[in-house]
Amino acid sequence: MANALIRSSLLAIGLSGAALPFPGVSADFAPGNHVIAGSRAADLEHCVRETSFMRRNHMELIEHQRHVTVHEGVRATEYGLSGCVACHVSYDREGQPVPIYSEGQFCETCHEFAAVELTCFDCHATVPAHTDAEARDEVAPQSGGQAEADVAPVSAVPAAGMEVARAPHELRKEVGD
Amino acid sequence: MTMNERKEQVDAGRRKVLGAAVGVASVTAAPGVVLHTLAVAEPRSKPVTDSVRWGMLIDSSKCAEGCDACVTACNKENGLDLQARPEGEDAAKWDRQVAKWIRMVKVQDNLTGYVSRLPMMCQHCELPPCVDVCPTGASFKRADGIVLVDRHICIGCRYCMMACPYKARSFIHEVVKVKLTRAPRGKGCVESCNLCVHRRDNGEASTACADACAAEGQGAILFGDLKDPDSPLMKALAALPSREIRGDLDLNTGVRYTGV
Amino acid sequence: MKRIVYREWRLAPQRYWGLLVILAAIAGLGGLAFAYMEHEGHWVTGMSNQVVWGTPHVFAVFLIVSASGALNVASIGSVFGKYLYKPLARLSGLLAVALLAGGLMVLVLDLGRPDRLVVAMTIYNFRSIFAWNIFLYTGFMAIVIAYLWTMAERKGNPYTKPVGFFAFFWRLMLTTGTGSIFGFLVARQAYDTAVMAPLFVAMSFAFGLAIFMLVLMFAFAQDDRPIGESMLFRLRNLLGTFIGAVLFFVLVYFLTKLYGAKNYDLVSFYLVDGGIYTALFWIGWILIGSLFPLGILFHPELGRSSTWIASACGMVVLGGLSSMYVIIIGGQAYPMQMFPGKTILESGFHDGVGGALAAYAPSVPEVLLGAGGVAVVLLITAVGMRVLQFLPESLADRDVDPHVAAKA
Repeated sequence: MANALIRSSLLAIGLSGAALPFPGVSADFAPGNHVIAGSRAADLEHCVRETSFMRRNHMELIEHQRHVTVHEGVRATEYGLSGCVACHVSYDREGQPVPIYSEGQFCETCHEFAAVELTCFDCHATVPAHTDAEARDEVAPQSGGQAEADVAPVSAVPAAGMEVARAPHELRKEVGD
Repeated sequence: MTMNERKEQVDAGRRKVLGAAVGVASVTAAPGVVLHTLAVAEPRSKPVTDSVRWGMLIDSSKCAEGCDACVTACNKENGLDLQARPEGEDAAKWDRQVAKWIRMVKVQDNLTGYVSRLPMMCQHCELPPCVDVCPTGASFKRADGIVLVDRHICIGCRYCMMACPYKARSFIHEVVKVKLTRAPRGKGCVESCNLCVHRRDNGEASTACADACAAEGQGAILFGDLKDPDSPLMKALAALPSREIRGDLDLNTGVRYTGV
Repeated sequence: MKRIVYREWRLAPQRYWGLLVILAAIAGLGGLAFAYMEHEGHWVTGMSNQVVWGTPHVFAVFLIVSASGALNVASIGSVFGKYLYKPLARLSGLLAVALLAGGLMVLVLDLGRPDRLVVAMTIYNFRSIFAWNIFLYTGFMAIVIAYLWTMAERKGNPYTKPVGFFAFFWRLMLTTGTGSIFGFLVARQAYDTAVMAPLFVAMSFAFGLAIFMLVLMFAFAQDDRPIGESMLFRLRNLLGTFIGAVLFFVLVYFLTKLYGAKNYDLVSFYLVDGGIYTALFWIGWILIGSLFPLGILFHPELGRSSTWIASACGMVVLGGLSSMYVIIIGGQAYPMQMFPGKTILESGFHDGVGGALAAYAPSVPEVLLGAGGVAVVLLITAVGMRVLQFLPESLADRDVDPHVAAKA
């Protein structure tokens, strides 16, 4: 009887101890660990959802949104990857954005620790939309009377000539959330 | 006349004037309001529906010799001009491997000798063979008729490239170093013309190729809604004899040609 | 009938381990080739946007088609009741699983995104024959393993016949599915024909049996086990019949195509002016792969020599690879006919200017990957035969032929 009691309590201690390293089960990481100083996210408490939610569930938001955007064409969303990049990218001394999946940058520090490989940036831009690379020449409107729109206007400019994609909380205001 | 009756008469008159003034003002202002909402491009917030079907009419007789404005515009719009030949790759082999969403083709009739010049791209069939053969369903047709590849699910098997009757698809053979936010693309997946779907979803009016052709003064590419009988596209299709390329396959393509 | 005794392959250890080392080295090279292709991207191969399936697919489809054919020998025993073939059934099953594993490995490793294999195995578009093939291939492996179990386990023996039936039906579906990968494509003139499915079934019979015979004869020769004339000649005649079946379907294919005016150019591409494809067709597929082996197998003297029979099997294998090359790569090289009655003068995407064929040359990584697949097949077979009881002790006439045994 005593043996069984000791064994089961040891088992309980062992199991709870084993659960400690798993991020999903244990307490949060030390706050402010992975947000890079100099990025727009560093100035915000949170924007898309609360930090503790984002830490555990950001992949679900991203995975759902990627299906919605590709199959349903919905782009007015705070869950788009370009919004994440725009907010979390950091800038070097010349004001140039550092690719977000480089070593030491936002996505990589946590994913390296958790050993979860990302392939998002095989295809997606690692810096916010930049005027030079993404400029289009102004073209005359097609006959039919519908005017062509400009590239989306910016809200904050970290360096001269830099354009930043709309941050999620601004999009939310426009959609009328 | 009593005080009330006179007041009513004056009120009625005032009402008429006010009503007329409001009417005139709104008729004057309405186009401005309408134009304003059209001019400001809004990203789509509701899912696409099949109330529209996007298509094109290409008038090969208007296609000017030596012009490839549509190709250049498409390459710039979708990041294809950022492709770089990998170091050590043979130039001729690279030219066969580089991705092209639209290309110029010049054909001559074997009997009559008549020469036609036309741009060729994904035809956005209503019954796309590429959608049928994709094992994961990555190649799919959107509700508004655009046929495109969901690069999140594409495994790069290239079966859709075998199946496409227009050889419209390209495989990305190399690591993509510079990516555009508006048009993500990466190694190992298959892609093709998607009627500038990012422009569609951001509320812009037309495709890059159609705009470039119009800017050059040719106007050979007309983009629009095949389900709207009043759209310039449908009006042009009603007026001109047009056909599908490889019409015997009965795919009901969204891109139609005249003059070929 | 005499009880069949199955025993492990007793090849001399130095030879066995030497064989494994060589095969592992080739498989390793294949793995390195895959790593290189996956890391750099497919620009390092000879494949392009015009010829999208290259040498790895030639090997992969050949191995997969042969896999279903290799199971034939077991089916003849279980399904068609020819008890003479019963001793061969276990090796037949092993070879079928090994061939399919190797072929599937090459196919998967050539994907643009092999890291998304899990996606391919969980998300399906059931209009696609490719999606069905994923089930057909993995199901085939499971069924053959179950079939082997019914043969090896005494408790399973009563189930050999029904499982054998199921396996036979399944492998026909598998080969039909593989042929239909091409037969269902309306886009390309070389494909788009219902005869692709039976052509592939006939090819599976021939290639599978040829590979089976080669493995059997090699394994028995290394272990000094006898193969009697009774068994050998039956297999030989069967192979000859299957080669004839392939020739029949090739003939039907070309005659049918030739009836349509739009196909004159296609037929002349394959038979006359297709350059390397014409050479591979006539010399590789017809001469080396079909006519020479037929001549040897039915020759009154050569057909009685096991060495000549083995060389005929080897020729069939070479012919098989040639036929896959001609079908898969030739079919893509032939320009797509988008404008019938017109000639393409210029194209920005290599659309067959002036009727030109799409260029393709096999590259070293592709060939190494294909060879690696073959090495994996032989590794699985060698290890299986050595470690478990797949090979019958003897196929001598007195041991397997009831007529001879009765006289003895």
